[in-house]
Amino acid sequence: MAGGDDSWRPLARPLLLPAWAVIGVFSLLPVLLMAVYSFLTREFRGGVEWDFTLAAYDQFFVTRGLFGDEPPQIEWTYITIFWRSIWQAAVCTGLCLIIGFPTAWFIATRPAQTRGIWLFLITIPYWVNLLIRTVSLKFLIRDNGPLNEALLALGLIDSPLALINTNLAVQLGLFYSYLPFMVLPIYAAVERYNFALSEAAADLYASRWTTLREIVLPVVKPGLIAGCILVFVPALGAFLAPDLLGGAKTFMIGSLIDEQFRGSQGNWPFGAAASMILMTLVLMVLTYHARNAARGGGT
Amino acid sequence: MTAAVHLQDVVKRYGSVTAIHGVSLSIADNEFFTLLGPSGCGKTTILRMIAGFEATTSGEIRLFDDDIARLDPNHRPVNTVFQHYALFPHMSVIDNVAFGLKMKGIDAASRRARAGKMLEMVHLSQFADRMPAQLSGGQQQRVALARALAPAPKVLLLDEPLSALDLKLRQAMRVELKTLQQETGITFIFVTHDQEEALTMSDRIAVMSDGRVQQVGSARAIYETPDNRFVADFIGETNILEVEVDAVDAGRASLTLPGGHRLTCPSASAAPGRHALSIRPERVTITLDSGSPDAGFTATVDRVVYLGTDLQVLARLADNTPFTIRLQNAARTAIPDPGQTIGLHLEEGAARLLTD
Repeated sequence: MAGGDDSWRPLARPLLLPAWAVIGVFSLLPVLLMAVYSFLTREFRGGVEWDFTLAAYDQFFVTRGLFGDEPPQIEWTYITIFWRSIWQAAVCTGLCLIIGFPTAWFIATRPAQTRGIWLFLITIPYWVNLLIRTVSLKFLIRDNGPLNEALLALGLIDSPLALINTNLAVQLGLFYSYLPFMVLPIYAAVERYNFALSEAAADLYASRWTTLREIVLPVVKPGLIAGCILVFVPALGAFLAPDLLGGAKTFMIGSLIDEQFRGSQGNWPFGAAASMILMTLVLMVLTYHARNAARGGGT
Repeated sequence: MTAAVHLQDVVKRYGSVTAIHGVSLSIADNEFFTLLGPSGCGKTTILRMIAGFEATTSGEIRLFDDDIARLDPNHRPVNTVFQHYALFPHMSVIDNVAFGLKMKGIDAASRRARAGKMLEMVHLSQFADRMPAQLSGGQQQRVALARALAPAPKVLLLDEPLSALDLKLRQAMRVELKTLQQETGITFIFVTHDQEEALTMSDRIAVMSDGRVQQVGSARAIYETPDNRFVADFIGETNILEVEVDAVDAGRASLTLPGGHRLTCPSASAAPGRHALSIRPERVTITLDSGSPDAGFTATVDRVVYLGTDLQVLARLADNTPFTIRLQNAARTAIPDPGQTIGLHLEEGAARLLTD
């Protein structure tokens, strides 16, 4: 490279073509397809009719009563589901951050030989399919499951904790599913952290707590943000945990969309519209972060 | 007078390994004191124990009579210039310099003024609002220096601060550091493995090896009157000869060189018997005529190496012991040829008998 050999440059574009093709066919095209579908008319046994309409978006935001003859009002059903999803994803991100940061810190500060073992331990559960793990979790926390049995046997509770089908159960499932996505990027950031900076801060009269707040956290911030995005985005669209661990009152967007594309009960344009709204939301969050990062001069 | 820093029997062990074997040192106020030694000799460990980054296993560390050995680093009124600067990458230059003042609870306006003055002192005023990554190594070095000096510490600790700079910059910084130390009147404790650095800047030098202080003294004392073989060998270039001491009288020893030549020289102590003798190569003059009357001490030239300001003559004594001589590359210097036998003359003080 140092020799300034640019003879490969004309090849760059043709060599990138396969990559662009894959991204285009498997990433952009489906999104585009969903965008188009969201403006089409519902076909009753699943699928769409090629008639342009805003019905799907109208159904999402507006209600005209049970028979469609009342004056239009805001439809709260789906907005509530969205709000619950955002809330659950945000809480999940917060929990993962609180638990994930010390975990990542612990691993990154082990001797180099043992770090690999700790990382491996963190990833072990992920060799098992998420569905299986979520079902197992359901088994663990159900009314007569091992958790309640154990607590009852120990005399800590008098009657089984009603965990299953609650927001708490869904949260537990989300937290459990996405914790490693928080730990790994933070680990990468902490591992690169120059501990001489902490010494320098202490040398300049900063307490441990101040050092953490003023030096450590700002320096590893890119890792924290990456972890938050990697947890928040999939948690927002999750459907396994809410489906298996939750009930009607814990319904999340992922499940709502999932339902629209299943069997003859589905509504493809509505599912597509909900997906588009979700994607817009996620993109807004990401753009906000990107702008913040650019302004902060950070990476 | 109260020492700025006083170490008493300081020991540091890592598990079963002893890094520092009972070091005692007294460093005076306003002194430029250097810990010099090869890597792994424990000099950085001592500095880190003074700063508080490492706990002592036993012993006392006193700072102007206060025992600080058990204090956390943020409670010790000393500041450190780190080897790789350790500037806070997310803060501007001025915020870096003002950090210590901020931690001391000084208000924003005063600390900005003081930090600005510090930057002026290291000639970096125009870079106040840059980020550290936008500065060159030498500039980062000065920021680190300004940052450590800003809180007006009683003692400044410098951990090989010049090692990452290129030669020209390093030489310029030596002068600047020394000036800075004299202007501020702050005690500097400087750690380095570079003897030239140590010799040019220090009031006193502690030469260390294997976790022990080998000798403490001025640059001249360390160089000209080394106590032992390690110091003589480590500082500068020297010829070490195994000699037989016949008698020691009033600080002078009469001894026999490997080739049978006899001479007298100053001696640190040394009882009669086999000892090491150090002869500095630049303190030897030569005569090309080995037949001259006082040329009892001779060598055969192997090679002459041209070094610019100097010529290095690699020779062998009568018993084949290698012997190096440095000649100044002046017009009048007579240059020997390889294979030639030359007479060696030792100036007064050229030879020093070592204790071990």
